[in-house]
Amino acid sequence: MKRYDLIIVGAGPSGLSAAIEAAKRGLQVVVFDENERPGGQLFKQIHKFFGSKEHKAKIRGFNIGKQLLEEATELGVEVRLNATVIGMYMEKEITVKREGEIEHYKGDAIIVATGAAENMVNFKGWTLPGVIGAGAAQTMMNMHGIKPGEKVLMLGTGNVGLVVSFQLLQCGCEVVALADAAPRIGGYGVHAAKVSRTGVPFYLSHTIKEVEGTDHVTGVTIAEVDSKFQFIAGTEKHFDVDTVCVAVGLSPMSQLLKMAGCKMEDNPKRGGQVPIVDEYGETSIPGVFVAGDVSGIEEASSAMIEGRIAGVAASEYLGYIDEKELTEEFEKNEATLDGLRQGMFAPKNRRKLIEKTEEGCEISTNLLKYGFVADNEIERYPGVTRKAGIHPVMECTQNIPCNPCQDACPKGCIKIGEKITSLPAVDETAQCIGCGMCVASCSGQAIFLVDETYEDEYASITLPYEFLPLPEKGEKGIALGRDGKFVCEAEVVDIKSVKAFDHTNLLTIKIPKEFVMKARFYKAK
Amino acid sequence: MAIRLEEHPILGVPEKGRKVQFTYDGKVMEGFEGEPIMAALKANGVVIHRYTQKKHEPRGVFCAIGRCTDCVMVVDGELNVRTCVTPLKENMVVQTQYGVSAEPFDKQ
Amino acid sequence: MNSVNDRNRDIGEYIPAPDDDMLVCRCEEITKGEIRRAVHEGMYTLTEIRRYLRIGMGLCQGQTCSKMVKGIVARELGVSPAELEPATSRVPMRPIEMDVFARERKEA
Repeated sequence: MKRYDLIIVGAGPSGLSAAIEAAKRGLQVVVFDENERPGGQLFKQIHKFFGSKEHKAKIRGFNIGKQLLEEATELGVEVRLNATVIGMYMEKEITVKREGEIEHYKGDAIIVATGAAENMVNFKGWTLPGVIGAGAAQTMMNMHGIKPGEKVLMLGTGNVGLVVSFQLLQCGCEVVALADAAPRIGGYGVHAAKVSRTGVPFYLSHTIKEVEGTDHVTGVTIAEVDSKFQFIAGTEKHFDVDTVCVAVGLSPMSQLLKMAGCKMEDNPKRGGQVPIVDEYGETSIPGVFVAGDVSGIEEASSAMIEGRIAGVAASEYLGYIDEKELTEEFEKNEATLDGLRQGMFAPKNRRKLIEKTEEGCEISTNLLKYGFVADNEIERYPGVTRKAGIHPVMECTQNIPCNPCQDACPKGCIKIGEKITSLPAVDETAQCIGCGMCVASCSGQAIFLVDETYEDEYASITLPYEFLPLPEKGEKGIALGRDGKFVCEAEVVDIKSVKAFDHTNLLTIKIPKEFVMKARFYKAK
Repeated sequence: MAIRLEEHPILGVPEKGRKVQFTYDGKVMEGFEGEPIMAALKANGVVIHRYTQKKHEPRGVFCAIGRCTDCVMVVDGELNVRTCVTPLKENMVVQTQYGVSAEPFDKQ
Repeated sequence: MNSVNDRNRDIGEYIPAPDDDMLVCRCEEITKGEIRRAVHEGMYTLTEIRRYLRIGMGLCQGQTCSKMVKGIVARELGVSPAELEPATSRVPMRPIEMDVFARERKEA
């Protein structure tokens, strides 16, 4: 039986981060992953990440995956793909299925980083071809260059549902609507807003009543539900679709830990069955650690930090480093992790209705229910100011851990401050030069450059644009509002696509002055 | 309806292997070597992968990552092959799976 | 014995519901009604339900439905899903052909 210092199960963000930390400290590390490609879900994530520099914010998920993989490989980590860990035992032994044979390995320490599995709900017609998981849609689009369908209804408005809806739009699919049985949108408001402004309606307190079709999906009916989640008669809405996408949450994939005899608990706050662990991610079996979604559903950013913590802890467990180094590294990582676990969407605030931001601004009720901030609500936020000349308008209205815009501005126009969750505010003393770095840096695509004095009668709006085909300069189209509805005629006056923007094109449109606080998206005629 | 993306706004032009032929229930189709069988089928408009054993209901791709096993088909004579994670090869013989057979139910 | 498993507890009669024919386990094609009836027939634990109905024992090994099954059984017993002991996890974690299972790689 082959022996390693450290065996890691799962080559996703947490597993690879753990491998890097352990290999740096001299451990012989092997990572097993059942998939053909490493990186876990990172390679399907094409949006820019939230957080701060330490969390790799503003870098797109798949590029983070590439970075982690390169780093791990350079450090001599063995990554075994198409290798399914089918069993794990208390003695820190695992059995692996690879190339049609069974292999046995023993690790002096093991880190389980198996991630999560998608939850499902059932409704009439849920087994028809064309009803797919949100992960399936991402896999088809972003891994294989295949459209999941032409017309899609998304069930679920958590971050996965919102992000995947946007990705569907980017692939040229028509998203007919997003529905969610919950009364409020579950994910980040900025993710909802960027879907909403393209004209996709949100139906909260609505769920699927029936998916129609005999041998594949041809339509779907949603209906409103009451506070007990019972359908309200007469509220049905029908859509012709060929695809229904389900994004109703994730559950930790913790079976290997249970199998090995780790103490487990059912913790709804963590998403289901999770091992009981200490601050380093060590389970009840000494030398068996966990990191990432398997110990509680969060984001890839926190999974990477948990991975680092577990990788360092495994090094200390095996005597490669002393306790002092462990504590120092832990404190550093813990502070970074703590930064991510703040704000409205922090694990401790899950399912809580937050009515005011930390700054005391009322949260937009329209945003939570319809996916966009209403025109009469937007000016209450500190990032939204009006003045002569070009300046950024930051429609960031919820406290989320994210601050790349502050670093992006070379002139210091944007202030978030020490607290990473604070809403960005405009520093009136600094002068915007219209470079657009803030627009491209915003992972939530919530920053616009506005020039109310562009021409006598006209204002200009510079907005992030990640769709194809790219409009041409001089093209005349229409401007849409935050709600995705027609606002006015618009002319494209500039398009900037530079490498630093990382595929976020900056589209500048010219519109009649009076619509300057309304127009937020451009659509070709 | 164009199912394959020619260019993605973020990811660019999808990387694909060489074009190969395979058969689906006897019909000759084209796909790219190394992509999942599912992707090639979808590009050719095939969405039904199998019919269930008990209720004879149609099923297709559901999770696309090899977990749910709803997309299994008979591939080169082998039953229960997960088409969402099995790479396409030249001249592969792909057949709809009926229950646990490549024979339609009325011939079983 | 914890109260969840107390067979003397009165959970009332099985009352048919309009969505009883809805499929829950996609692999073994088991409906919500079958699960609800099984509870009233005395199967109070997920392990028993699995053995009784084969639910979650098909190709996907309960990857898709186990959380839904837990919810249905819990509701029938009038407890919270968190109170139910999950079914046992065993090797192999993923479906594997018997011949692969029997084929151990020779030590290099």
